[in-house]
Amino acid sequence: MGAWAIAVHGGAGVDPNLPKERQEEAKRLLTRCLDIGISALRSNLPAIDVVELVVRELETDPLFNSGRGSALTEKGTVEMEASIMDGPKRRCGAVSGLTTVKNPVSLARLVMEKSPHSYLAFSGAEEFAKKQGVEMVDNEYFITEDNVGMLKLAKEANSILFDYRIPAVGTCGAGAAMDSPLQMNGLPISVYAPETVGCVVVDKQGRCAAATSTGGLMNKMSGRIGDSPLIGSGTYASELCGVSCTGEGEAIIRSTLAREVSAVMEYKGLNLHEAVDYVIKNRLDEGKAGLIAVSKDGEVACGFNTTGMFRGCATEDGFMEVGVW
Amino acid sequence: MGWAISVHGGAGDIPLSLPPEKRLPREAGLRRCLDVGIAALKAHNHPLDVVELVVRELENNPHFNAGKGSVLTTSGTVEMEACIMDGKTMKCGAVSGVSTVVNAISLARLVMDKTPHIYLAFDGAEAFAREQGLETVEMSHFITPENIERLKQAQEADRVQLDYTQPIQKEVPKDAALADGDSQIGTVGCVAVDNEGNLATATSTGGIVNKMVGRIGDTPIIGAGTYANHLCAVSATGRGEAIIRGTIARDVAAVMEFKGLSLKEAAAYVIDQVPRGNAGLVAVSSTGEVAMPFNTTGMFRACATEDGYSEIAIWDSPTK
Repeated sequence: MGAWAIAVHGGAGVDPNLPKERQEEAKRLLTRCLDIGISALRSNLPAIDVVELVVRELETDPLFNSGRGSALTEKGTVEMEASIMDGPKRRCGAVSGLTTVKNPVSLARLVMEKSPHSYLAFSGAEEFAKKQGVEMVDNEYFITEDNVGMLKLAKEANSILFDYRIPAVGTCGAGAAMDSPLQMNGLPISVYAPETVGCVVVDKQGRCAAATSTGGLMNKMSGRIGDSPLIGSGTYASELCGVSCTGEGEAIIRSTLAREVSAVMEYKGLNLHEAVDYVIKNRLDEGKAGLIAVSKDGEVACGFNTTGMFRGCATEDGFMEVGVW
Repeated sequence: MGWAISVHGGAGDIPLSLPPEKRLPREAGLRRCLDVGIAALKAHNHPLDVVELVVRELENNPHFNAGKGSVLTTSGTVEMEACIMDGKTMKCGAVSGVSTVVNAISLARLVMDKTPHIYLAFDGAEAFAREQGLETVEMSHFITPENIERLKQAQEADRVQLDYTQPIQKEVPKDAALADGDSQIGTVGCVAVDNEGNLATATSTGGIVNKMVGRIGDTPIIGAGTYANHLCAVSATGRGEAIIRGTIARDVAAVMEFKGLSLKEAAAYVIDQVPRGNAGLVAVSSTGEVAMPFNTTGMFRACATEDGYSEIAIWDSPTK
């Protein structure tokens, strides 16, 4: 049959001054996730199961901005969102406003399979989670010290932090915060992006799937929904491909980025690589974002117009690559 | 060129036997909203203001499933959602889970204009509404007796109703008015273009009867129920889940761009891809064309163009 392929990401937009150890940590996590996905693919698990499995791993690890380690709202709480899509029949599921569900991507899957709807949010989603018996924890579980520090910096700068990978510059307070590279960057539209996580997979049967999960923007308004749970924006899968995006949520929504890759393949007849290039070049305007994609023919591609994107990909012929820049 | 405007009050299984007392108020509502929109366009208001104005009218009209007259969740509550988009700037705003804001579309507009975000929902959206001083009321304001009855019927049938035109077939005789197949359904929306080619779209809804608390449909999802760019503005209605999966609103523009189809061809093409009985949309193009295709039994709709053409319809019409 066809060949499998898998890609994972941990966010587009990386601070050029990110300490080496953080970069290595990220690469190790991406590698581990790829390995999990690869072994699942070798045991013939369908694409939809593989993306869920891998994103669960990314959510559980506190390194990236999803599940544990999520960015914090302006209230200092965590509100998570995720979506998942199965290419063959374009079934989809999404959730937003989760505060106690340990693995948002799995709840999104349950919305897709066990509810009459495609998208559940806030208390309704939490109710559904309870009824489905998924693992639930206190909101504190998701909050990390790093992020508490980041939120403080963001509030001091009174801006939304797109990336908070910059380690806290000690306890010197606002002065030091102003000196940190992120604050000096000064652009309202930051070069950085939150480290949403995602995974796209095509299995041996040529079935594509995609899943994305995030805590959203640091210091976001409570109730703010970004691109990750929006089908067609942060996540999309069809007969042709599977796509997961990351970066400036508003830019991704406006350009319906994930859908665009598939549309351009469908309507313009571009192949996966051409489609990804086209979309990144032409659809983002001043927006900053990145994406990973696989095609039903076993190809894998990624594109980004940010400074770096945490990503990894592998194909059945043994190719494997993990990168940041 | 020239301006154009199109309005819808929902697509679904609207029975041809819809009695006059159900049909006439909705036709009148569509007519009034169309007139409001036409007057605003003639007065050179920006299409973004026009669509917001028209959708506010539709929300205030209890005969349509938006604002007052919204269908109820399984808990008997109202959770409204709305979305607005500007074709030229591609700026957009969306809200979900709104229960006390009189005009959800105006809240969506404020999200677009007054926040760095696109989409706010539930408590966060309500809090923002209050911060902005938008008119809020008790949730009971939105609830109509017809919708309480619809919810009851849906729960008895234990299924989610896309439209609640067909009463449940049971031995127990139902209230005569509803046994006729009342057909307040769908969503409301408005698309408009001025004679400079500025495009805008707005959609608003209470969702589907007996929906789970927290259920979000296609309306606030950019690209699904609502979309506008430099080519066209689209507002869709029907089964949310199918519209989301089909990225309907986005696809109309994509098909125009990538396949070089006209608005009418593109809109018809996209609706054709959706399983029968599931969707309809209204759209206008930058050159003043209008399209109102649907694959359901009917769609409450109206349109007008600067050359004097206007139409109000429910079921199939030759100029669909």
